[in-house]
Amino acid sequence: MLRYMARRLLILLLSLFVAAIVLFVLLRLLPGDPANALVGVGATPEQIAAAQAQIGSDQPLAVQFVTYLGDLARFDLGKSFVSRAPVIEEISRRLSVTLPLTLAAFLLSMLIAIPLGILAAVKSERWYGLLLSVVSQVGIAVPVFWLGVLLVYVFALNLRLLPSGGFPLRGYGDPARAVTSMVLPVLTIALIMSASLMRYVRAATLEVLGSDFLRTARALGESRTGALMRHGLRNAAVPVISVLGIELSTTFLGAVVVEQVFSLPGMGSMLLLGIQQRDYPNIQGVLIISTLLVLLTGFLADLLQRVLDPRLRKEARR
Amino acid sequence: MISKTEISRRSARGRAVLAALTASSVLALSSAAALAQDFDPQAVINIGSLYEPQNLDNTQGAGQGINEAFNGNVYEGLFVLTDAGEVEPKLVDSYEISEDGLTYTFTLKEGVTFHSGDPLTAADVKSSIERVTAENSASSRKRTLAVITGIETPDDQTVVVTLSAPSISLPYNLSYVWIVNDAAGDISSGEDGTGPYVLQEWRRGSALAMVPFDGYWGEEPTNGGVMFQYFTDATAQNNALLTGAVDIITSVQSPDALSLFTDNPDFTVSEGASTTKELMAYNDRVAPFDNATVRAALARAVDNEKLLQAIWGDYGTLIGSFVPPTDPWYEDLTGVNAYDPESAQQMLAEAGYADGFSFTLDTPDYDPHPVVAQFLQNELAKVGVEVKINIITANEWYTKIYKAHDFDATLQEHVNHRDIVFYGNPDFYWGYDNPEVTRLITESESVSSMDEQTEMLAEANRIIAEDAASMWLYLYPQIVVSTSNVSGYPLNGLNSQFFVSDIKKAD
Repeated sequence: MLRYMARRLLILLLSLFVAAIVLFVLLRLLPGDPANALVGVGATPEQIAAAQAQIGSDQPLAVQFVTYLGDLARFDLGKSFVSRAPVIEEISRRLSVTLPLTLAAFLLSMLIAIPLGILAAVKSERWYGLLLSVVSQVGIAVPVFWLGVLLVYVFALNLRLLPSGGFPLRGYGDPARAVTSMVLPVLTIALIMSASLMRYVRAATLEVLGSDFLRTARALGESRTGALMRHGLRNAAVPVISVLGIELSTTFLGAVVVEQVFSLPGMGSMLLLGIQQRDYPNIQGVLIISTLLVLLTGFLADLLQRVLDPRLRKEARR
Repeated sequence: MISKTEISRRSARGRAVLAALTASSVLALSSAAALAQDFDPQAVINIGSLYEPQNLDNTQGAGQGINEAFNGNVYEGLFVLTDAGEVEPKLVDSYEISEDGLTYTFTLKEGVTFHSGDPLTAADVKSSIERVTAENSASSRKRTLAVITGIETPDDQTVVVTLSAPSISLPYNLSYVWIVNDAAGDISSGEDGTGPYVLQEWRRGSALAMVPFDGYWGEEPTNGGVMFQYFTDATAQNNALLTGAVDIITSVQSPDALSLFTDNPDFTVSEGASTTKELMAYNDRVAPFDNATVRAALARAVDNEKLLQAIWGDYGTLIGSFVPPTDPWYEDLTGVNAYDPESAQQMLAEAGYADGFSFTLDTPDYDPHPVVAQFLQNELAKVGVEVKINIITANEWYTKIYKAHDFDATLQEHVNHRDIVFYGNPDFYWGYDNPEVTRLITESESVSSMDEQTEMLAEANRIIAEDAASMWLYLYPQIVVSTSNVSGYPLNGLNSQFFVSDIKKAD
């Protein structure tokens, strides 16, 4: 297990390194100099040169690249071209919005999808089992922003129960407002996510229900529910967890859209703004941290699968 | 100067602004004024805006949002450009201009203190001007202050500025220079100004709050503070106003959204005077646009009123030239080269283009330009002129058109106040070169009175209109919407300024 973890971690770091290179190259492939975006259109050549020197875009690409990798190795993401603030500070402030948003939505979607998915499988022949499958199928087709707008229309504009967007100035220092402003965004992501998750849970449960070991357990005198609880769910969990890992990553990335709809100061809006302003350090910072989080999620999902399924552990030992 | 930040921010959102000192704004004002009697001096005013500053230093590429939040609110200049477009003394008590126009002696107001408690001195003024002209300054105002050759501070209340050439616009240009405490250091995330408000807190991506400054030298604000709430999406901003999360939004993006507010007694919709002009700039260096008759013919071939109606409904104004109503040298020139497709065809024939011609229109990819391009394509096709639309990004616009002058014609919005001076620069991207206009514009800067300056620039404006130097399509509307219990906010928002100290909120 330990060796396996070490190997996985090594792969993780390597992937991150490759991602960092790809990022750097892609950004530099864009035409134009970010210094132009920084000074005004009416800027003199001297002003542009000064701006280039300030952000280092006058250096040869190779030098820029080595500096970038060196900084990265020391976990230094640099300073924003535009705001001059250290990128890592800005990211940590933004993560304090995006991470709770993603995790809360993720937990809520599991709370919705797992019981309903199991129910849809166990009662697949009843009308409500069917209804659940249909609803989840429809849910997959709904675009995130559309659901967000719909929820705002109902809960903010008509019922006036919740704010339509924004985040309080003092952040979590104003806990009531911080929490209420998160409710609709969390709900938006969770509903969409639980639709697809429910289908996976249902499929995995159905497969287990038809398996030989469950039939054997029932033959040994267990009730259907008892057999499912004791032997079935653990088996059904293995494929679901790998899907969960992927879902969590997509939710995190999908937060870009939701943050835009609700004007939340998270990572997504930071990335969009960075792209608009050619703020390379901010773009790089957000993407590297996002990549790291996605890789870590995959890593954790893998470990969890191994804990649940002894067969995988054996394979690894071989 | 058009600032790049402004252009690209507009690209993302197609900013809504503009103007018309028309009866409609007066109407809106009077209804709001009726409520102004009974207000709560402690009320915090929540302002929704799409223009969050990138940092808090206006010489470091902070964008138009910093002018909106800080000009006149947190920082003040020696002079102020009022919402009506007048230049008035602010931190200056009196000033004298030498006979030759090369020396300005400013006497500062007494009893002005910075938010940190330090008194305002001549040394602060000197360092503040030097912040803008410094080598690493990214201020778009830097060039207009290049005539300054020396700043002396004979005593704490006196600043003597010497110039290399007379500059009648110096007070106007100085209205852009924030007076910052010379001990303040880096102001990209903090402030030390003399204005009626002190920055309380700024949370990036979310909001910026300020509270009244106890030691303010002037009149006390009529509210208990303001909070700018920043939105990345116009719909979210409108929703915030509808749900009462904000009291005012500083600019409305599209006429579609207005219907939410216009017929609702809970809201006041006001139209002020903007300075943003939508225009088709020809490359006046290349044929056939080097021929004024051709340009005038095209101007007559396009029904600007129909275009404005299509894009803005009942809002916005036609001005017939490049000068908006808040510039002192404004004149209604809509009658010059007015819509008249028949004479357009005749003039094209006279110029040797009886069978028309075709040209490429480089069109920025953001609103409203693509729609405008299609409209022009239709209109000009009627007089036999074929428009080939080439969509480009804001960055391509900058390199291909602004820098390399490699184009036939392009669409652009020019946002600034008093920017007719671009027509006096033959090296500007559109390459308009009329020696008489260049002379008028250059010399208008060295005259000894504002009246003379106004007269010369009005003359220059008439000439460019007759010459059809560019095709001026319309002036954007500047629309501010508020809940109906809020009044006293600026309507025109010149150069993005948004003075908040007179805003009142009824109980």
